[in-house]
Amino acid sequence: MALPFRKPTRVRPAAPAALLVLAAVGAAFFLLPLIGLLLRTPWAAAWDQLRSPEVLTALRLSLLASFSATAIALVFGVPLAWTLARLTFPGRAVLRAMTVLPMVLPPVVGGVALLLVFGRRGLLGGWLASTFGIHLPFTTAGAIIAETFVAMPFLVITVEAGLRSMDTRFEDAARTLGASRWTVLWRVTLPLVRPSLLAGAVLCWARALGEFGATITFAGNFPGRTQTMPLAVYLALETNPDAAIVLSLVLLAVSLAVLIGLRDRWLGAS
Amino acid sequence: MRRRAVAPLTVAAALCTSCGNSAPASTSPSAVSGSITVFAASSLTAAYTTIGKDFEKAHPGSTINLSFGGSSTLVAQIQQGAIGDIFASADQPNMLKAVDAGLLAGSPLIFAHNRLEIVVAAGNPKRITGLSNLANSGLIVVLCAPAVPCGRYAAQALQKAGVTAKPASQETDVKSVVSKVALGEADAGIVYVTDVKAAGAGVQGVEIPLSLNVVADYPVAILKDSQNVPLAKAFVSYLLGAGRPTLARYGFTVP
Repeated sequence: MALPFRKPTRVRPAAPAALLVLAAVGAAFFLLPLIGLLLRTPWAAAWDQLRSPEVLTALRLSLLASFSATAIALVFGVPLAWTLARLTFPGRAVLRAMTVLPMVLPPVVGGVALLLVFGRRGLLGGWLASTFGIHLPFTTAGAIIAETFVAMPFLVITVEAGLRSMDTRFEDAARTLGASRWTVLWRVTLPLVRPSLLAGAVLCWARALGEFGATITFAGNFPGRTQTMPLAVYLALETNPDAAIVLSLVLLAVSLAVLIGLRDRWLGAS
Repeated sequence: MRRRAVAPLTVAAALCTSCGNSAPASTSPSAVSGSITVFAASSLTAAYTTIGKDFEKAHPGSTINLSFGGSSTLVAQIQQGAIGDIFASADQPNMLKAVDAGLLAGSPLIFAHNRLEIVVAAGNPKRITGLSNLANSGLIVVLCAPAVPCGRYAAQALQKAGVTAKPASQETDVKSVVSKVALGEADAGIVYVTDVKAAGAGVQGVEIPLSLNVVADYPVAILKDSQNVPLAKAFVSYLLGAGRPTLARYGFTVP
């Protein structure tokens, strides 16, 4: 049974047993709660729960808010990531730390911080209301802002990492061939970091979809206006745990479908 | 000191005849020791924190661990196996859920009542005088969600007053309603008297007349899985006895 020397490429990596055991525990840690949910799901009543107007309203609002948040994050987050990756300036480390702060900040605190800026008595809130008539707390726009605040860092750090690891000689070549800065950005840089862009956008979207603390603190809870799926789940737990489980499964199914669907696209089917 | 504490303890033991344990009724306060965990509704936060400390002082060697949350959340936690000794609910329906689920060691006892009040910013800048003002379209009103007790009570009070309020938000707990008013995002909300008291100088209360008000009953019960029944009983009897002035000081009415 000597190994044929002609095919050395497909040798399985030797896996230390202990490593596999730890990996299995790690996987079980993620799988078991999911199984717990599935086992407790009242399948018979699930369909009726799903068609109830409350669920559909919350789902629609969640999709609208999470995709809007991702769009806003792309518009402002990609330039921010580029700035952090490409420019050297004093205070860059501080700026980067501030950018990722929402990832570690308890979302409820983030919500209060947003109120202190965009609330009626906030730094900008009064001015926004008197000048543009924009009120963010208790509105869908507020829910989108809250989700953007919490989710955008995921996009920024992913895109920044992509920009840093990319080969800048392509950009240099394009420049020497006479392409303008914008052309280089649109035709060379962004296409090259497309995988990171997609990964960042998907992570950002998934985080926005699950956002709870900042939304409920900043935007409040009202069906059809600011009550997204996670809020609906939380309230359903109070009165109707079965409905809460069904709602959670919908949330899980939607996000799993998107994550799996996009995975191959950004990693490339291998 | 000893005598004063013994009397309510025997009362509690008598009330809790179905507790089904062998703890002697003559347990003296110094005999209880160890620790218990009390699951209590969030509106009890301030009062129970004080009562817990007072109780520990009166019963050296005992520790009262307090876990606060929405009454319905607490029931769900206990149902899912959270280990504790006492459950104090802000309403009867949630205590009934615990009864129906067979989580209790005896019958619940009412230890306090709470009333509703309109919470407004300090100084009452919008000049709110009663429930009827809450229908004003220029006013930002927040209420508790209908699923939580304070939301249900608020709906009852508004119905009694014949007022239709359009809340900007249905908050998930009563503290969030107070904080929205304290932060200036909302002009008014309906909360418990005790919450206005606990919130401090940033807000004030506008009384709701008794005819329109709703009285919330607060039941307490010892849990079936209690690991320290003597101490749990001593704490319940303290709530019904020596702890009453403290409850009153935080705005509760005591039976």
